[in-house]
Amino acid sequence: MAEFLLKRLATIVPTLIFVSMLIFGLQQLLPGDPAKILAGEEQDPTVIAHLREKLHLDEPLPMRYAYWMGGVLRGDLGESIRNQQPVLDLVLQKLPVTIQLATMAMAIALLIGIPAGIASAVGRGTIWDTLANVFALWGISTPNFWLGILLILLFSVQLGWLPASGYVSPFEDLRANLASMIMPAFVLGNAIAGVLMRHTRSAMLQVLSADYVRTARAKGLRERVVVLRHGLRNALVPIITLGALEFGTLLSGAVLTEQVFTIPGFGKLIIDAVFNRDYLVVQGVVLVTATTYVVLNLLADLAYFAVNPRLRN
Amino acid sequence: MAAVLEPGGLPRDGAAPALPAGPWRRALRRLRRRRSAMFGLAVVLLFVVMALAAPWIAPHDPIATSWSAIRKAPSAAHWFGTDEIGRDVLSRVIWGTQASLLAGVVSVSISLLLGVPIGLAAGFLGGWVDALISRITDAFLACPFLILAIAMAAFLGPSLTNAMIAIGISATPIFVRLTRGQVLNVKVEDYVEAARAVGNPPWRIALAHVLPNVTAPLIVQATLAIAAAVIAEASLSFLGLGQQPPAPSWGSMLNTAKNYIDNAPWMAIWPGLAIFLLVLAFNLLGDGLRDALDPRQR
Repeated sequence: MAEFLLKRLATIVPTLIFVSMLIFGLQQLLPGDPAKILAGEEQDPTVIAHLREKLHLDEPLPMRYAYWMGGVLRGDLGESIRNQQPVLDLVLQKLPVTIQLATMAMAIALLIGIPAGIASAVGRGTIWDTLANVFALWGISTPNFWLGILLILLFSVQLGWLPASGYVSPFEDLRANLASMIMPAFVLGNAIAGVLMRHTRSAMLQVLSADYVRTARAKGLRERVVVLRHGLRNALVPIITLGALEFGTLLSGAVLTEQVFTIPGFGKLIIDAVFNRDYLVVQGVVLVTATTYVVLNLLADLAYFAVNPRLRN
Repeated sequence: MAAVLEPGGLPRDGAAPALPAGPWRRALRRLRRRRSAMFGLAVVLLFVVMALAAPWIAPHDPIATSWSAIRKAPSAAHWFGTDEIGRDVLSRVIWGTQASLLAGVVSVSISLLLGVPIGLAAGFLGGWVDALISRITDAFLACPFLILAIAMAAFLGPSLTNAMIAIGISATPIFVRLTRGQVLNVKVEDYVEAARAVGNPPWRIALAHVLPNVTAPLIVQATLAIAAAVIAEASLSFLGLGQQPPAPSWGSMLNTAKNYIDNAPWMAIWPGLAIFLLVLAFNLLGDGLRDALDPRQR
C-alpha cells in the first residue's frame, strides 16, 4: 500500500507542476501589456505601476513564474483587482455553496443512475433497457442551462412551487435552502446520472456473466440476492471510481447552473471574474479546481486499491 | 466531455501494413443496420443542409429588428415567435446552426491536428518524450474541460473564433491520450515488427503502418467530441464568451431568453431544442460508429 501510495504521489507532483505552468501560462494569452489589461478600464497609472511591480512584469518569464509559484505555495493566490480581497479568501467563501450543490447533484445522480443501470443490465434487451438507454442519452445530450430554464418555466413560472433563483443559507432557513437548491441540483445531477447509468450497465453486464454469479444462481439463490449482493457489490467498485472522475463534469456544470439560478458559488465567482477582467481570480479558481480534481483522482485510486483485494495482494 | 471511447480499434485480421478495404466496408454495413445511428446521421445531415441553405430558407433577416413585433408568440408570420427586439426566432435558429456546426467541426479539427501527432510521437517514441507528453496531458486533463475553455476564452477575449480555439485546445488531451494508447497497442503487432525488420525508417512506420491502424477509434471519438464541442460552444455563448451579438447563436439566444422566461417562453424552447437535437444526433452517430468499428461487437 505504502509503495503504491508513494508511486502515485510521485506522478502527482509533476502533474501539479505542469498544471501550475499551464494556469500561469494563461496570462500570456492576454493580448498586450498584462498590467494595463489587469488594471481595467480606468487605466490608473498608479494601479498599472503597482501591478507591474507586484506581478514582477519587468522580470523574465521564468522568474515571474517562480514568484507566482512561491506565492501559491504559501497560500497566496494574489489579490482581486475588483474588491482588493485575497483570491484564496474569495474562493473559500464561495466554496461551501458549490460543495452543497455538487453533493446534492451527486446524490441525485447516484439515486437515478445506479438503479437505472441495474434495471438496464438485468433486463437487457427489454423495454427497461431501452428506457434506461434513452434516459442516459437524454442526460448526456441535454445542455444543463436549457434544462434549468425549462424547469424554471415549469416549477417557478407555471406552478409557482419553487423559487426561480437566489440562494438562502441552510443555517438561516433549511427549508428555503433546499427549495432553492433542489432544481439546480437536479439539473446538474441529470447529466451525471446518464453517465453513471452507462457505467453501471456495463459493469453489471460484466459482473452478471461472471462464474461466481452463475454459481450463486446454481445454488438456488433468489435473483434479487444474486443481483444486489453478488452483482452490484462487485460492480460498485468501478462505478464509484468512474463516478469520482465525474467531478470535473460536476464543476463545469456548476458554472452554468449557478449562472442560470443566480447561486453565489464557485462557478458564479469565475464568471463574474471573467466579466470584471479580474484575471487573478480566474487563475485562482482554475488552480484550486484542478488541484482538487487531482487530489480526488488520487483518493479514487486509493479507494479502488483499498477495496480490491487482488490489487492489495 | 461526452463518453470517452472504450478501447477498440480497427480489425487487425488483415495484418497488413496497407489497410484492406474489407473491414471498412463491413463496418459500414454494420453501421447501416443500426437504426439509431442512421437517425443520428440523418439529423446531422439535416442540420448541415440547414446551415448551408440558411440564406434561402430563413424566412426573415436574423438580425433585422422590428419594434412592432416585440416578443410575439408563435404565429403564421413568425412560426417560432419573435424575441425581445422583434427578431424572428426561427430565422435566428436556422442561422445559428452555422455557428454551432462550425464550432463543433473546427474545434475538433484543432484537437485532431494537435492531438494525433503529439499522441503518435508519445506512443511511438516512448521514453522521456512519452513521459513529458503524458505529464503535460495529465495537467490539461486535471482542469475540467469547460472551466479550462472558459478561462482560455476569457484571456483570449470573447469571440466565436477564440471560443473555437479554446474548446479545441481544451479537448486536445483526450486525443493525445487516445492516440498514444492505441499506438502502444499497435506498435507491438507483427506487421509493425516486420516493417521495422525490412528497414523502414521510423517516420514511415509511424505514418504508413501505425497511424492507419489507429484511425477507427479516432473517428468515433471525434464524432462524440463534436457533440461535446457543440454543447461547449453553446455554453460559452450562453455565458457571453462565444458568438457575439447581434450574430445568431443558440447559446446566446438562450442567455437572453432566460430573462423573458415568464412572458416569452418560446424564446428559450427552440434554440435549446436545436442544441439538444444536434448533440443527440452526434451522440447516436458516435455510439453507432463505436459499435460498428469495434471488432468485439462481431
